[in-house]
Amino acid sequence: MSVDLRAVYAGEEGPGRRAYWALADCWNVVRRGLTHYLRQPSYIVWQLGFPIVSVLLYGYVFGGAMKPPGGGDYRDFLLPGMFVMTMAFGLMNTAITMVTDASKGVVDRFRSMPMAPSAVVAGRGANDLIVACAELTILAATALAMGWRADGGLAAAAGAFALLLLLRFCLIWVGVWLGLLIPSPEAAGGLYAVVFPLTMVSSVFVPPSSMPDWLGAVAAWNPISSTATATRELFGNPVASDGSWIQEHAVLMAVVWPAAVTAVCLPLAVRRFQRLSR
Amino acid sequence: MSGYAVLAEALEKQYGEDTRALDGFDLAVRKGTVHGLLGPNGAGKTTAVRVLTTLLRLDGGRAEVAGVDVARHPRRVRSRIGLTGQYAAVDKLLTGRQNLEMFGRLFHLGGRRARLRAAELLERFDLTEAADKGAGEYSGGMRRRLDLAASMIMAPDVLFLDEPTTGLDPRGRGEVWDAVRALVAGGTTVLLTTQYLDEADRLASRITVLDQGRAIADDTPDGLKRRVGGDRIEVVVAEPSDLPAAVKAVARVADAGTEPETATTPTATTTDEWGCRVHAAVSGDRVAALTEVARTLQEERVAVEDIGLRRPSLDEVFLRLTGHRTERMESEGEAV
Repeated sequence: MSVDLRAVYAGEEGPGRRAYWALADCWNVVRRGLTHYLRQPSYIVWQLGFPIVSVLLYGYVFGGAMKPPGGGDYRDFLLPGMFVMTMAFGLMNTAITMVTDASKGVVDRFRSMPMAPSAVVAGRGANDLIVACAELTILAATALAMGWRADGGLAAAAGAFALLLLLRFCLIWVGVWLGLLIPSPEAAGGLYAVVFPLTMVSSVFVPPSSMPDWLGAVAAWNPISSTATATRELFGNPVASDGSWIQEHAVLMAVVWPAAVTAVCLPLAVRRFQRLSR
Repeated sequence: MSGYAVLAEALEKQYGEDTRALDGFDLAVRKGTVHGLLGPNGAGKTTAVRVLTTLLRLDGGRAEVAGVDVARHPRRVRSRIGLTGQYAAVDKLLTGRQNLEMFGRLFHLGGRRARLRAAELLERFDLTEAADKGAGEYSGGMRRRLDLAASMIMAPDVLFLDEPTTGLDPRGRGEVWDAVRALVAGGTTVLLTTQYLDEADRLASRITVLDQGRAIADDTPDGLKRRVGGDRIEVVVAEPSDLPAAVKAVARVADAGTEPETATTPTATTTDEWGCRVHAAVSGDRVAALTEVARTLQEERVAVEDIGLRRPSLDEVFLRLTGHRTERMESEGEAV
């Protein structure tokens, strides 16, 4: 044997070395995920195709007939909503890749190896955040090409993107938890039935004030709406607020909602992962 | 204890309230051998493997793998084992080489050593030509070989193969068997679970039979087959009216029965609902017995659909060892 395999794990004890290897393992899991994307570029195209096509459909087909209350262009109102929708649909990716890895023995193989167990979940999360950054970059470039502008200043725009990533971050834990709970990738596809109405009943496409009262209230309190309203505010785009408390405090709630979801779902996901050995 | 790669004593594992997957399971696997774990779906094979590979925590009992206690030092166990599960857990989106390099890095080899080791293993498992093709384009046998290569990155002391040929065509099975034989020749100990008696027969030097979470037999393949009664002659006649003649012809060469009331007389048994099939255990010169039966049937002008020597099937092993056909044998799908 030409490769010397002796003493590979010597000197991995001690908290410092352990943390180093936990990070290295996490990075290698991320690398795996990113290589997946690079080896199937068509996947990214499909992934981004939906929001881009939605922008074109809603923006150009309905856009002429729709005016956000309070003035402004519908397309400027819609585009931040599309950013939010893309983040929300990312939940599907996290859940489906997780359930695929779990049901096809990949998670078992990782767990049978002397790598840090945390890397399996942390790597998934880090990978999805990196992909979300790429998605936002491409969507923003498309939006700019369509004439969308962020007029709120650079710092506010950066804040808006941070809120979008925060939404994606909290949904990673929902996705990991669901991915470890659901038995098969086919079953995970059924999540669309939940995620799609969840993004529709929100301020992503139209202001909640235009909906029937009861539905409008649900839409306004939908965590996704807070992020949509907050990013519109920060980008300097039409907000179409009806002056309700939840809409007036959108930026605050765009932090509080994801923090709350993370506080609930991250422990659930970790516990579910640990229960794999039960 | 140094002679054993795997030692398990009275393993207990329970799922939920009332599913006892392992119920006092004992196992001893000698170093450098292939040990078969045989049993029907739901017998506890996969649970046993998952406990021994640290994927599941034990509820009771004690297990050592490569001399290390599974419950107390799971991480140390993980650095000395390889696992190839029921699915080829390789990444179909990555190339064969990318797969092995990724696993090499996750085994903490570092980039350079991971690349070298990947090249080494690709060659050893005869995958060099397909190294840069996506694993999704591999045949079933190639994917399993890649899976084996990934399990062998750290040259583990013990390799766990959980139904490694399920779903493969005969050619793929042959490829995997060859690869396993080569590994054992190199000194690796293999614990193999399978539903196929012929697979255990070809690869294993010792077989443990599991039923309802415990070992009900532990023997060499030959010893196991002797208990089941060895080979049998089977004749299928074209017309049910010819069956009595066939039964008579087969009974003349058959061994004595195993049930008390038939122990002294040669016994032939009819089996199927159309009344066309007869079979009987034979030992000694089996070819002569077969020839004899064929000649008798020809002389009596019995139209024969099928005639031949059959090896005992796993079903027969279980019928004999458990004395009953368990309900779980009928149902598909392993309870996990």
